[in-house]
Amino acid sequence: MNTNNAPPPVGSNQPPKMTARGVNVFYGAKQAIKNVSLDVRADEVTAFIGPSGCGKSTFLRCFNRMNDTVDSARVEGEIKLDETDIYAASMDVVQLRARVGMVFQKPNPFPKSIYENIAYGPRIHGLAANKTDMDGIVEGSLRRAGLWEEVKDRLGESGTAMSGGQQQRLCIARAIAVDPEVILMDEPCSALDPIATARIEELIDDLRGKYAIIIVTHNMQQAARVSQKTAFFHLGTMVEYGDTSTIFTNPSEGRTKDYITGRYG
Amino acid sequence: MADSHGHTVKSFDEDIGQLRAIISQMGGLCEVQIAAAVDALVSRNIEAAEQIVRDDARIDALEMEAEALAVRIIALRAPLADDLREIIAALKMANVLERIGDYAKNIAKRAYAVSQAQPIGPVVIVPEMARAVVGMIRDVLDAYVDRDAALAATVCERDRWVDDFYNSLFRSLLTFMMENPHYITPSTHLLFVAKNLERIGDHATSIAEMVHYAVTGERMAERTKGDDSALFARSIYAIPNTDAPPLKGSPPKGYPAKAPPEEDD
Repeated sequence: MNTNNAPPPVGSNQPPKMTARGVNVFYGAKQAIKNVSLDVRADEVTAFIGPSGCGKSTFLRCFNRMNDTVDSARVEGEIKLDETDIYAASMDVVQLRARVGMVFQKPNPFPKSIYENIAYGPRIHGLAANKTDMDGIVEGSLRRAGLWEEVKDRLGESGTAMSGGQQQRLCIARAIAVDPEVILMDEPCSALDPIATARIEELIDDLRGKYAIIIVTHNMQQAARVSQKTAFFHLGTMVEYGDTSTIFTNPSEGRTKDYITGRYG
Repeated sequence: MADSHGHTVKSFDEDIGQLRAIISQMGGLCEVQIAAAVDALVSRNIEAAEQIVRDDARIDALEMEAEALAVRIIALRAPLADDLREIIAALKMANVLERIGDYAKNIAKRAYAVSQAQPIGPVVIVPEMARAVVGMIRDVLDAYVDRDAALAATVCERDRWVDDFYNSLFRSLLTFMMENPHYITPSTHLLFVAKNLERIGDHATSIAEMVHYAVTGERMAERTKGDDSALFARSIYAIPNTDAPPLKGSPPKGYPAKAPPEEDD
């Protein structure tokens, strides 16, 4: 892929976990992402913010090739996980999505038991040799997602019977069950109440350092709370990227300031 | 703030406007109170002094009002970037202006004691010093209202003049006290008055720093303190701040440019 016209990358101090270079995304003739380059560090939470339709979710979905499922979508440029081009022909997309997990806006547990929701991924990826192994993975994942104490006595109950906040933590537990390296979160709290939101934010903080995390959020305070780096998108371009503390107290771009202070348009 | 457009939520703009108005009003009252207190002191007008002491309650009430409004804005609007910097600055300014009001009140309280004692010459410097201080407060509030970081920076520099006034008065009063023990009581009171004015200058400087940060997002460079009365023992007739670079603009009337004035009566 041609990355000659890619803007210089941002956020690169240490070897990044994932790199995007000169990424363009088209839906048919319409360009949704325009020449974006960005590094994602392993030990940081990166937040994507911007108004609806700015392309932040589209860009997020490039990182585990979720846009492949959209027929009209076309991705140009280069995205690497460590040193591997994830858009290379040789890339196994199922393996990629095990390494780069995803959590969606609406909790989407499988209509199966809590146990099966977690066990499904490790089973198809062959991560557990026997029942004891699998029990260990299920417990460990639920513990890391802060859900174990709440569900340990009802692992056989349906995942869809839980509260929304529990379902979302179940989805996070499911994502981490396959031991991913990166977790993508697309507005993971927008369907949750403040307490459930706080739990997820606490969880993100706990998971930071173990996984590279990219989160798309419409909640400015949430971005400010959970992330170390923030990227602001507008009309398909990345307007500003920097330390979260700087973006929210003293952004350098007028468009960023207008957006985060509620002056847009 | 010099924005091309306001917030999407109009009442947010109204809240900020109201907070600015309260702070400006506090500043205006402080200017009046300082000038009136010094006037009462010099003219030995006890009634006026008592009125000034009573009027300080208005500044105190405005501080409470500003604080309540700032807390409300933070709670309801969750301000970010320049909005956040401005609200925090206003919260701190309200506190500092209240303190400035207390200094003015303290000067007024001393008017009675000074009126009971023998008149002394150096008192004539006090109104000049007060004018310099009031000018600083006026300009720093203009800088706040006009979002003028450059004007705020000049206010900081001008504090050196106030410090020089203070050092000069300190030396004069000390000489007076050494000459005649009857001068000790009025000299001590005047010394406190001068110290109050000098502290007001320091507070105006700290407001200037708040304004500079609120407007630019950058901290102002650290300033060196001009009050050298603590070094008095080393050199009783040292010319104040000889190694400091000259300031732009003309110093205020009565500014002690050379050695402190010798008293001849």
